[in-house]
Amino acid sequence: MAEFINGIVGLEGATFGYVVAALVHCVLLLHVVAVGALIFIWLERKVSGRIQDRLGPTRVGGKFGWLQTLADGIKLIAKEDVTPDGADRMLFKLAPYISFAASFAAFLALPFADGWVANNINSAVFFVLAVLGLEVFGVILAGYASGSKWSLFGAMREAAQVVSYEIPLGLCVVVPVFLAGTMNLVTIGNMQAGWLSNWFVFHDPFTFCIFWIFFTCATASVNRAPFDLAEAESELVAGFHTEYSGLRWSFFFMAEYGSMFLVSGLGAILFFGGWNGPVPIMHIIGWADSGGLTGYLANLAGCVNFMLKATVGVTVMIWIRWTLPRLRIDQVITTCLKYCVPLASACFLGALCWEVLDIWSPNHLHLGSKPAHQVNEDWATVPRFPELTNPGIPESGDVYENGPPEMPAEPGPESVDGDTAAVERASDHQLFTSSRQEDSP
Amino acid sequence: MINLLAVSWGDFYFIIFAGVACIFALGVLLTSNVVRMAFYLIISLGATAGLFFLAGAEFVGAMQLMIYVGGTLVLLIFGVMLTAQSRFISMKTHPRDWLLAVIVGGSLLMVLLTAAFGVPEWHNEQQVQAAVSSLETADSKTATPLGLALTGVRVDKLDQMDQQLKEGMSGYLLPFVIVSIHLLVVLIGAAYMARAKRMVRFVREEEPEAPGENQDQE
Repeated sequence: MAEFINGIVGLEGATFGYVVAALVHCVLLLHVVAVGALIFIWLERKVSGRIQDRLGPTRVGGKFGWLQTLADGIKLIAKEDVTPDGADRMLFKLAPYISFAASFAAFLALPFADGWVANNINSAVFFVLAVLGLEVFGVILAGYASGSKWSLFGAMREAAQVVSYEIPLGLCVVVPVFLAGTMNLVTIGNMQAGWLSNWFVFHDPFTFCIFWIFFTCATASVNRAPFDLAEAESELVAGFHTEYSGLRWSFFFMAEYGSMFLVSGLGAILFFGGWNGPVPIMHIIGWADSGGLTGYLANLAGCVNFMLKATVGVTVMIWIRWTLPRLRIDQVITTCLKYCVPLASACFLGALCWEVLDIWSPNHLHLGSKPAHQVNEDWATVPRFPELTNPGIPESGDVYENGPPEMPAEPGPESVDGDTAAVERASDHQLFTSSRQEDSP
Repeated sequence: MINLLAVSWGDFYFIIFAGVACIFALGVLLTSNVVRMAFYLIISLGATAGLFFLAGAEFVGAMQLMIYVGGTLVLLIFGVMLTAQSRFISMKTHPRDWLLAVIVGGSLLMVLLTAAFGVPEWHNEQQVQAAVSSLETADSKTATPLGLALTGVRVDKLDQMDQQLKEGMSGYLLPFVIVSIHLLVVLIGAAYMARAKRMVRFVREEEPEAPGENQDQE
């Protein structure tokens, strides 16, 4: 995209295009979070209404009350922004923005279709989990800075809950990562292309179980009912946001709905094929990977597909919220440490054995000829900077000390791929035999 | 007006992140409120993670966020909020402590500065240019080599021709296993201690005791 913008402006390789591309990505993602919150809040009202046998909003903006959230937003902007007397003013005012920023930053690594991602980070799964864990920081600061006992109680509960649930969440996420052999979300999504039997959730019984554990832990980590102890209305007034009003309060909710969409999207990519539909229509008519307009349309269909899957996840979260009663704090921690962690560990071991023992699975991943557990990212065995390997320039850091023996002295970037294929395969073999040996005792 | 096309955005972001890290590190020193100190520390560590992302070390950056920022968060909660009494909420540093801190911190800074300016390759303009122009910033793939190094294969050393040197460059399997077993021991220990305490109190409560003693136990 940056090169495209540079091409329009007429500057090849200028940083200008990169800055504009970054701005475009940020604005698009902001809209995903903000407009997403707008729609999901309306959806929550409608779904909760139906579950409680009433209609929900019906009048604002026409037939289905679809402008209700906007009306709420205008009301919130018009409200007075109150800061309590005993509050730590700076931290109190900053806390909602920290929550929102953490939720938003995690979207930077979330792909919406093949290659449609703001920053294609190689360890995207890890990045998303790390940044998502920061959202609780805003909640804790809000609870502390409010100078209110209800808020502090809410913040402490949230802290205990999120710190505990990060463990099973990490264990669940590791399973698709080792099935795919990479932490890159784009690659993980593309591997599951094809019929729905290729989705990781159908890889074996253990991955099927671990998806539900993942969903439970994800619901807990984004602080949704039945795990919404931090804002338990029946006990703590409104928990950590008791003292907030107006737009600051709504920032917490944008962060919450943004995170719900994020974890649902993460679950869709890791377990449900991401942007690949149950039937590979775009692959059958040959539009996928075709480039040009048809490739773009295929990607657009994939993006819609992904959004639908993530929305289904959010809807299930809403459904759970209005169905199940809230758990007590000891029940929440018991669910995590006595049920989720052992179950996730058992499923992890089971999926690992299934993969290593090569038991039959409906998945036929797009990995070439190798079985999934032998997938190696090819670049790992090819030198990254071949032009640096001539003896004139000593290198620093993690670059190769000397050129590989089979390499020509100064290979062009094109010739590297072809010439080193043999080297790659040889060292590939060596890599896995050596790692196997260390694993076996 | 500044020519936007000519700005080197890499340097620009480096200055921003480095500046934020330094300013908030100073903020940790200068504020006397413990919770704000922890808050500034988290911002400073987060800006350091930004520097890692800028350098293309995404895995290390995410690690920095998860371990240091997340760890400071836990410190903030359990170390500060739960235990801090009023005299620790607002901390006054004695001048003697300042002197000691300046000596220790200053000597460390001197060591780091000498090391940073002592790299011969960084003085040669030509070599710096060559290294910068060959940088691959689009997608630096660091996670897999790191993971393989932890399981005993140094991918970056596979092409080492000297057999003797190659053997000395095995991975970090042993430290990795030692650390993981250490963590496991810590976890089991923590679980055991949490269990034992509750059982002791359970026994105590059944004995007829003066009410004052029970409060001391807690």
